[in-house]
Amino acid sequence: MGMWLFLFTELILFGGLFIVYAVYRYTHPDAFHLAAAELNTFVGTVNTLILLTSSLTVAMSITAVQEGKKGFALALLGMTIMMGLAFLVNKYFEWGHKFEVGIYPGAPELLAQPQGVILYFGLYFVMTGLHALHVIIGLAVLLYVFEAVRRGSINAGSYVRLESGALYWHLVDIIWIFLFPLFYLLH
Amino acid sequence: MSHTDQSAHAQHVVSYSRYVVIWFGLVALTALTVALAGIELGRWVIITALVIASIKSLLVLNIFMHLRFEDRVFRLFTVVAFVTFLIFIVMTFFDYAFH
Repeated sequence: MGMWLFLFTELILFGGLFIVYAVYRYTHPDAFHLAAAELNTFVGTVNTLILLTSSLTVAMSITAVQEGKKGFALALLGMTIMMGLAFLVNKYFEWGHKFEVGIYPGAPELLAQPQGVILYFGLYFVMTGLHALHVIIGLAVLLYVFEAVRRGSINAGSYVRLESGALYWHLVDIIWIFLFPLFYLLH
Repeated sequence: MSHTDQSAHAQHVVSYSRYVVIWFGLVALTALTVALAGIELGRWVIITALVIASIKSLLVLNIFMHLRFEDRVFRLFTVVAFVTFLIFIVMTFFDYAFH
């Protein structure tokens, strides 16, 4: 219950940014399409599939814990953590490439572009950056949960912490479900 | 489910196969939204993208996040939260339309 209330506050946090996005997209439609062409749809799609699959494994780990299958639960949680890391590695290379071609906040090449393009990339870095921060926090939570399952303090009789951690991870997935089409699929 | 205490909902076990079926649905919807992005749909682009993203979110919320198995009052809370957010968006655009 408390976890859900926290998730509602996250909705307000990202929701506010989505409204900013909607308004700027409405006022600069052409620049947004132009700027979106810079993003690599393939990398975005791969990252979407990674996060969806990591949501699957963390959801399945709850069933495994409920059934008392500790080893299977740990394997599923381990896979979830590996996929979260893979997502961040992809993001690292994606952002790294942007920086190389002169697309980062305050870059001279970027500031020479139309205002709509500057706004698009400003939102891109803030929203995907904030999302990546949530992935990092989610990974820390999952590592803690993994350790608690391993020690046996999370077990078939008591697994609220696992459920809460999983809820947070699914929220990170849902935010990405919206970020992906809004930034990558604007052709 | 409703006649017992809080711990009752926690006992709800979702089968692995059900999760996997939902995952297949999510992957299929991702493929659909990527495929549609390649087609020139004009102003429908954003609408189809948001509808697909909303369906995906509902699948994650209902099954992966077990919302479907929570009690009714609780589900109502989440609906209110999302509707409030939708109203914010609609009001923002009404403001723009009539400026």
